[in-house]
Order: sequence, then C-alpha cells, then structure tokens
Amino acid sequence: MYVAVKGGEQAIGNAHRLLAHERRGDRSVPDITLAQIAGQLALAVDRVMAEGSLYDRDLAALAVKQARGDLIEAIFLIRAYRTTLPRFGVSEPVDTAAMQIRRRISATFKDLPGGQLLGPTFDYTHRLLEPELAGANDPPPPQAGASTGNSTGGATGESTGAPVPRVTDLLGAEGLVEPDPEADPGRATRDLTREPLDFPADRDLRLQALARGDEGFLLALGYSTQRGYARSHPFVGEIRFGEVEVEVFAEELGFAVAIGRVSLTECQMVNQFKGSAKAPPQFTRGYGLVFGQSERKAMSMALVDRSLRWRELGEEQTAPAQDEEFVLSHADNVRATGFVEHLKLPHYVDFQAELELVRRMRGEAADNARDDQGRSRDDHDRSGVDQRPSSDDQTPSGPSREAAE
Amino acid sequence: MSTAATAYNFAYLDEQTKRMIRRAILKAIAIPGHQVPFASREMPMPYGWGTGGVQVTAAVIGPDDILKVIDQGADDTTNAVAIRDFFARTAGVETTTRTEDATVIQTRHRIPEKPLRDNQILVFQVPIPEPLRFLEPRETETRKMHALEEYGIMHVKLYEDIARHGHIATTYAYPALVDGRYVMDPSPIPKFDNPKLNGSDALMLFGAGREQRIYAIPPHTPVKSLDFDDHPFEVQRFDEPCALCGSSGVYLDEIVTDDRGGRMFVCSDSDHCEERRGDVPAGA
Repeated sequence: MYVAVKGGEQAIGNAHRLLAHERRGDRSVPDITLAQIAGQLALAVDRVMAEGSLYDRDLAALAVKQARGDLIEAIFLIRAYRTTLPRFGVSEPVDTAAMQIRRRISATFKDLPGGQLLGPTFDYTHRLLEPELAGANDPPPPQAGASTGNSTGGATGESTGAPVPRVTDLLGAEGLVEPDPEADPGRATRDLTREPLDFPADRDLRLQALARGDEGFLLALGYSTQRGYARSHPFVGEIRFGEVEVEVFAEELGFAVAIGRVSLTECQMVNQFKGSAKAPPQFTRGYGLVFGQSERKAMSMALVDRSLRWRELGEEQTAPAQDEEFVLSHADNVRATGFVEHLKLPHYVDFQAELELVRRMRGEAADNARDDQGRSRDDHDRSGVDQRPSSDDQTPSGPSREAAE
Repeated sequence: MSTAATAYNFAYLDEQTKRMIRRAILKAIAIPGHQVPFASREMPMPYGWGTGGVQVTAAVIGPDDILKVIDQGADDTTNAVAIRDFFARTAGVETTTRTEDATVIQTRHRIPEKPLRDNQILVFQVPIPEPLRFLEPRETETRKMHALEEYGIMHVKLYEDIARHGHIATTYAYPALVDGRYVMDPSPIPKFDNPKLNGSDALMLFGAGREQRIYAIPPHTPVKSLDFDDHPFEVQRFDEPCALCGSSGVYLDEIVTDDRGGRMFVCSDSDHCEERRGDVPAGA
C-alpha cells in the first residue's frame, strides 16, 4: 500500500496543461489581447513594470495575461526575464523637472508656477459602480485644449510642454527645504540587482529596494508612520506624473543621447525637521519614484524613505518603518511570496524528525505523570482511612491534581 | 522542449554571473563554514524553492557531469523533478537517480545514505543560512558574532532546551562547528545526517538564493555537531527497519496507510531503497 509521490513528472505536466486551460477561460469568449491589457488594465501593467524593475509595457501585459491577473506572479515573470538581460550601462539621471507633465499637484501651495494639473485620476470620483461599463462603452473624448497647464482648472493631461519647476526647487531657493543630495562623482551608484544587499545600506540602495518593493508592504509601513510610529509630519510637496527622456552618455560621441521615454510618478514629500545642533530648522524630504502611474506607491515610498533617514537626521529610532534591516529585508514581494509559498513543498523529513521528538517527549511526560500518580497514591495510603479529607482540604494543588491534568 | 531552451546560455546563467558565483564558491571553500555574500539572481523558479542550490549547481556543472536531484531524499518528489528537468533542458546534461553514478547531486533536506566519493559534489538548497537567525534576527549583529566567534547564545539555547525538556529539542538544521571555527546551519537536514558532514570525501556546497549567501565544507573537513560533555550529540533512531527493503540505520519516512492509525516506515532515500530491493537495472 505504498503510495508515495511517484510519477511526479507526469503530474506536473498535467497540472500545467490544466492551468493553461483555466487561463484561457470560457472558450466561447474571445481571447484577451495584450493590447487590451496594456491599454485597459494600464495600472496593472504599470505595477508589474515598477516592481518587476523592467520598463516594457508589452512584456508586462504578457506577464499579466500569463499570470491570470495575479500581479505578484506577473512581477516574478518579469524579474526572471529581466535577470537574463545584459546590462549595457547606466543612464544619466533623468530630469523630472523637464517631465512632459500629465498630472501635477501640490498640497502645499494653492497655486504655483506651472499650475496644478489634475490629469487622469481617481481622486474626487464618487466610488459608485458604473453599470454602463459592463457593456460596450465609448466615453466622450477628453476636452481638448482645456488645460494650459498653468491654472487649477487643468484636467486633460495635456501640458504646454514648458518645463514645470519642482516645488522642492521653489522652496529650495529660500533654503527652507534641504537641497537635493549631490552625487559623489568618485562613487559609482550601486546596483541592487548585481551585488548583495548589506547593511547599513546607503540611500541609493535603499531607494532602489523601495522602488521595486511591494506596494502593499510600503503602503502599510507608510501608513504606520502617519499613525504615530515614527511620525514625520509629511506634506505632499508635489506629485507629478508624465514622461521623461532617458539619456545615455555615448563615449564615441562625447555627449548624452536620448534612447527613449519612460512614464514616471514622482513624489516629493516635505517633512518637518526641528533642526539640530549642526543644522537650522528646515524641511526635509522623502522621495518616491515609480515607473508608470502609481501615486499610492510613490507616496508610500516617500514616507518610508523619510523614516529610514532617522540616523542621518539625528532622530530617535522607535518604529518598524525606521528599521532599515526589517524594511529592506522584507519589502521584496517576489522573495516573500517564494519563501511563504515554499511551505507547500514537502517537508516530511523534518516533520518526521519533529514527530519523533514530540512522541518521545509525550512518552516521557506520560511516564512522569504515572510516577507522580503512583507517589500520590502512596501518600494517600500512608495517611490512613480515618483521616478523611474535609472539604476545606480539597484545594486544587498537590501532585495528584497535577497528574490529573 | 529543447528548442525553447536554446535561447539561454549553458545551464541558464550567463558566464559573467557564473564567474561571480564561482568566486563566491572559491572564497567559501577557502573559509570553511563562513557565509559568503553573493549577488543572487532571480531564477525562473521561486525564491525558497531551491534558487540558491540551482545557482550553485549552474556554476559548477559541466557538459560531462551527471546530475542527480533529490528532495526529502527522493528523486521523484515534484520539486526534484522540476529542477532536474530544468538542467536537462538548459544544460542538456545527463541525469540519474543513482547516487553512485552522479557527479553533482543537488539536495533539499537530506544527504544520501550511500557515502559520497571525492569526485562528487553535493549542493544543498538552503532556506536560512544563518544558524543564529532565530536567536538574533539582525544580520548586522550575527555577522559580528561570527567575526568574534561569539557563539554563547547558541550554547545557551541548547542548554535551555535541556533544562526545559531534558534534551536538545533541535531535530533538523542542527548547528555544527566547521573546522573548529564557524558555526553553520547544515540546512534543514535531519540531525540524523549531521555525522555525514564530518570528514566527507565529497565537496559540500550550500546555496541560499533569497538570502544571497554561499558557504562550503571542503572535503575532509572536521564538522562537529554542537553538544555538551554530559549531553552528547545523538541522532534519531528508528525502532523498525524499512518496510520495503529491510534497511536499518537509515532515515525513514512515516507513511500513513489508512485512517485507523495504520503506519509504515520506509526509506527516505529512494535510490538507496530501490537498490536494496534490487529493482533498479544497472546503469539505468
């Protein structure tokens, strides 16, 4: 009657065939196309690109389809592909001040150079299900030319193309907010995907880890800072979403050339800072930058980035969101899901070892209990029949009571 | 199936990456038991499912190698099948289930019963490489403790086990001292297998992908399971022999045969069991 896991190979093959069948769904319904996913589930594709650390809408759409909409699985597919790609070099830093703005808001100033531009957003929608979306749906086209990008009325996601200065630069002119850190030209930016993470990690590595970190995990950590676990008094200095050019320095030419555009969401969180013996009071910043449109992720990242800077700013460490080792070791959802789900793998060897120990320990416990019981019976026999215990004596203590338990 | 694999380099990883892993392996061999950080790659199987072992195997395997993959001692467990198939596809190497014929053996949670030889490499899949992790969760702290050879808390933990339970309550991933210097986690093998680590003829490599660590026990290295003079290290003993092949002194799996408490014990090492039963044709 020995029925171990034989024929695993065939079982795996059959399981995958069944998976492909289930993925296809009802065959009387047309197969979903990658263009549909990339176009109509754009934010899912954005998340897969961001946490997969690979900017390619078509591949991300394919991954979403292959993963049946399981975004962490899709992120994993993209990561596993990405790691096989050669690394040609490092781009110049992208200039988000030169972003082709599709959305830009500031919570710190009512109006500011470049204006507030709502762009495509769920903000202020009433979360009412729209039954008309269930059928074929052709919404009216966006209002053309409604936005010039310099007033609070802008909405269509079109900007004039003129550079929109960043809020932090406006504040920075007065010295009220800490300046952008200067890159050390003698020190190459490290690459989280090409070297092991070690602690303490510098901010470049921390930001890389947060940028590919799980949105839900960072959201929860960021939220915890708002609820008093390392409170940082944040204001959204600015969120902007749009396209930036990516440039690579070409040795042969002696200057940088644009190789493409990526959509980015950038969040500059402005936080209180009381000042220290060395520095006068000024606003500090937390920074979030994410592929595609994901304000939730960019804002969470900015909150967590700020709270991880406690050491540099001479603050006290009191909360999980400040704990670099805790945050960075657990932010990666591909690692997390792999290790959590590996519990599905057979563990019978180790379980057998534990079984043996628990049986032995239970056996010893039973032996001890028997011994104790024996002793207490002896005590009782010695006490004689004429000393009947009164009700007062029936206290729940003594060896016989323990043995009964 | 093989056409899909042609787009990838031999054994999947690119040569740059393999060189990086080999450097880590060489360092690990030079400092037995020391955990060497390496830039673990995302693999096409999930973290926690053997990515460290797969990367180590990919870095050491050559076209002439014969690969065996076991999980829980068995060649036919699903994850072992998947990993063996991965290398058969991406490296085109010959695979085997026979311990004796293999030159590279990747394993999860067991060491084969048959003593390994000096032309064999045993590659362990490691979930948590840090033996001190559950006593001290911080990497920054545990690295310091290793550097200072400060293993007191591990002894305290084992002592507390004895004080509380009468014996050491660690049954797998039992810590061992390598070459008198580094305490290591032998991966979650049952402590039954710990003695096989000591003075082995084969090279033993440990890969932890998610945790980005590689460590090694070079051949003929003394490996001592931690214990106390008055509580010497002991391995599990089974009351009955394997119900299929009659082996005793081997590690057994308990098989539940019915819902009325029926049990049978059979070899965890499926190759050993089959060989004993003589139902494997030679050279299969």
